Amino acid sequence: MQIRFSPEEEAFRAEVREWLGGALPPALAEKVKGAKRLTKADYELWHAKLHERGWLAPSWPEEWGGTGWTPAQKHIFEEECVRANAPRVVPFGITMLGPVLIKFGTEAQKAHYLPRILDGTDWWCQGYSEPGAGSDLASLKTRAVRDGDHYVVNGQKTWTTLGHHADWMFCLVRTDPQAAKPQEGISFLLIDMASPGVEVRPIITLDGEHEVNEVFLTDVRVPAGNLVGEENRGWTCAKYLLTHERTNIAGVSYSKSGLAHLKRLAAKQKSGGKPLAEDPLFAARMAQVEIDLTALEIFNLRLVSAAGKGQAPGAESSLLKIKGTEVRQEITDLLRRAIGPYAMPYVPEAFDEGYNAEPIGPEDAMPLAKGYFNMRKLSIYGGSNEIQKNIVSKQLLGL
Amino acid sequence: MDFALSEERRMLVETLERYLRDRYPIETRHAASASENGYSREVWEALAELGAVGAMFPADAGGFGGEGEDISLVFEELGKALTVEPFLANLLGGTALALAGGQQGLLDNVIAGVTTVTLAHGEPASRYALHHVETRAEGGRLTGRKAVVPNGDSADHIVVSARVSGDVDAPEGLGLYLVEAGAEGLSRRGYATVDGGRAAEITLENTPATPLGEPGQAGDLIERIVARGVLAASAEAVGLMQVCCDTTLEYLKTRKQFGRSIGGFQALQHRMVEMVMELEQTRSAVMLAAASLDAERADRERALSAAKNLAGRAGRMIAEEAIQLHGGIAMTWEYPLPHFAKRLVMIDHLFGDTDHHLERFRNFA
Ligand SMILES: Cc1cc2nc3c(=O)[nH]c(=O)nc-3n(C[C@H](O)[C@H](O)[C@H](O)COP(=O)(O)OP(=O)(O)OC[C@H]3O[C@@H](n4cnc5c(N)ncnc54)[C@H](O)[C@@H]3O)c2cc1C
Repeated sequence: MQIRFSPEEEAFRAEVREWLGGALPPALAEKVKGAKRLTKADYELWHAKLHERGWLAPSWPEEWGGTGWTPAQKHIFEEECVRANAPRVVPFGITMLGPVLIKFGTEAQKAHYLPRILDGTDWWCQGYSEPGAGSDLASLKTRAVRDGDHYVVNGQKTWTTLGHHADWMFCLVRTDPQAAKPQEGISFLLIDMASPGVEVRPIITLDGEHEVNEVFLTDVRVPAGNLVGEENRGWTCAKYLLTHERTNIAGVSYSKSGLAHLKRLAAKQKSGGKPLAEDPLFAARMAQVEIDLTALEIFNLRLVSAAGKGQAPGAESSLLKIKGTEVRQEITDLLRRAIGPYAMPYVPEAFDEGYNAEPIGPEDAMPLAKGYFNMRKLSIYGGSNEIQKNIVSKQLLGL
Repeated sequence: MDFALSEERRMLVETLERYLRDRYPIETRHAASASENGYSREVWEALAELGAVGAMFPADAGGFGGEGEDISLVFEELGKALTVEPFLANLLGGTALALAGGQQGLLDNVIAGVTTVTLAHGEPASRYALHHVETRAEGGRLTGRKAVVPNGDSADHIVVSARVSGDVDAPEGLGLYLVEAGAEGLSRRGYATVDGGRAAEITLENTPATPLGEPGQAGDLIERIVARGVLAASAEAVGLMQVCCDTTLEYLKTRKQFGRSIGGFQALQHRMVEMVMELEQTRSAVMLAAASLDAERADRERALSAAKNLAGRAGRMIAEEAIQLHGGIAMTWEYPLPHFAKRLVMIDHLFGDTDHHLERFRNFA
């Protein structure tokens, strides 16, 4: 057993770290660190930097602009990016659609769409969920009816993350309502958001932010050439997409930077004249979550290592997702506790760039309660934790 | 033993419940929350007229209640409606006036709903320490800073704790003072809070103030005022939990996935049961706390800390589970539930959190 990274891998880490030091604009890193709102331009800038270096799509094959990295290298890369407070890579084009096109797309589709994802021409969003189809995604109702060279699409998608920035949406639609099983009548369509009949309406989340949207589709004409894979075989694409790249699902890097933040905060905060970090009850809570995180990181590395040997992660990645989100959520809970009464103030403008009024209470206080509530989403999306448990009990345990 | 409510209290609860149900839908609440003062003056006055403010104070202070049970019943109802009106601020400020005496005219006006008062006690460095006060009182004037003062931006009068003598954490040497909102040297920075309320940072610079009671002797008074705050917040939590549980239960019955209501999944049924169990635990602890409010000190403080610890623990669990069992819909501003969940979690940041009260419970054992 070798539980540490190899010298080559450590050298790779140093290379990534050095590059990040030069490429990531400090002002952008500050925004990420301070949990400020990121604009579309912020994401685009960061995508462009990564693209310039050839590191935007590590999980794609090299011929399409991937990096040829091992799973361990991808893991190290992600870890370093989070550590440096880089914005996240918006996953819809890079981690979701890209691999689907590479596996199921026609040569023409690949040649057209993949370079545009990389160079930022197209911003994608994911149109899966519907008001009536969340966990039970296969029950989706959005209809696509063939009409000559086109599909005519009618229905409603919801929870469309960053759909208000998107040029395109990859979408699951029902093409055969009579199919024997609901999964069998679904197709995977690429929809131009500028098409007539597409309407995006914001959904404001519990923390007052605009991150997700509803997308209404009314008689939207979609060229038949925008079908990915075979008609009525879209579920295969959807499932492939959902299981792809699951080794990063635990968000260990985010938990590590969250825990580091928590420790700094607890050292500065005073409780009863002493640092909060020395309060036995609080210290025990921090230690507990650190133990969980340490074990989780090793679990994650076990799956990374297995993936390096060509073993695709199966239902184990569901375990990673459940524990990973629990740990992340626990850390956000401790962060809001750590700050005491100053968890309460909430000034929406404080999250905008350029806001520089004197902070209310300690400098880092404002985002903490908001972050705690926002992160409730982690255990809901990407397959809720209950659904993940169903998968584990069925597929891994045979119950 | 009889846990039933007296006739008067039952009527008070019914009156409050009816008013809030009929006149205070969530849209009204959101509008009040977003308004300049963060609450509706009209609703506040109407509730005062119904006796909800008077119920927080004893007869000898011009009220018609003031016992633990009165306070907890009122706040449970306020919690159920997610009320943003300044009850907590006026309970704290008003209790200071009532216990210290000598300001009956003002207290009568508070009870009548024509003026408002709050308590500025916590400070930037006090966290939850009960007697940590750096603000100084010298020659009838106050200098210092007060933190996260509930409705501190709109209150007409502010009761301020200040130190006459002694070390910053000493229970001895504290005084309570009445300060007018417009007093010389007083400035306030108001802001919204995560749960839809309002608070303020208050700075005093040589601000003229009227002593309430004997300066230097307020340590015990502060403990008894905060005790009422602890009870009120815990009882409000019960009301909030009740709504979180009811809403979630209803949703489990109506939301369909995989061709059946999600309440048909045993994994969710058991979680719903645990939520209800924790709600009942908290309710029971709050009943004991309410009954102990005027008991001997150790009994009172233990019962209060037990209630607040449970409100924090169960509150977090119920808030999180309610959101989780709903799925995405509970992540939206438009759906009422998450606003209840936010207030429920923020109650853990008032008068000491789960850990603070665990420790305090042990210290009074
Ligand atoms: C912030 C956010 C961003 C999102 N972004 C996107 C996006 O970009 N694109 C997109 O397509 N979707 C997106 N989603 C949608 C997300 O995938 C769904 O919310 C998720 O699938 C859950 O569906 P639901 O919200 O309808 O909850 P429901 O499916 O109604 O579930 C409600 C509750 O029931 C539980 N449950 C359901 N079935 C079972 C079962 N069989 N056994 C036990 N428990 C069960 C669930 O776990 C949950 O607790 C996003 C969601 C959020 C909150």
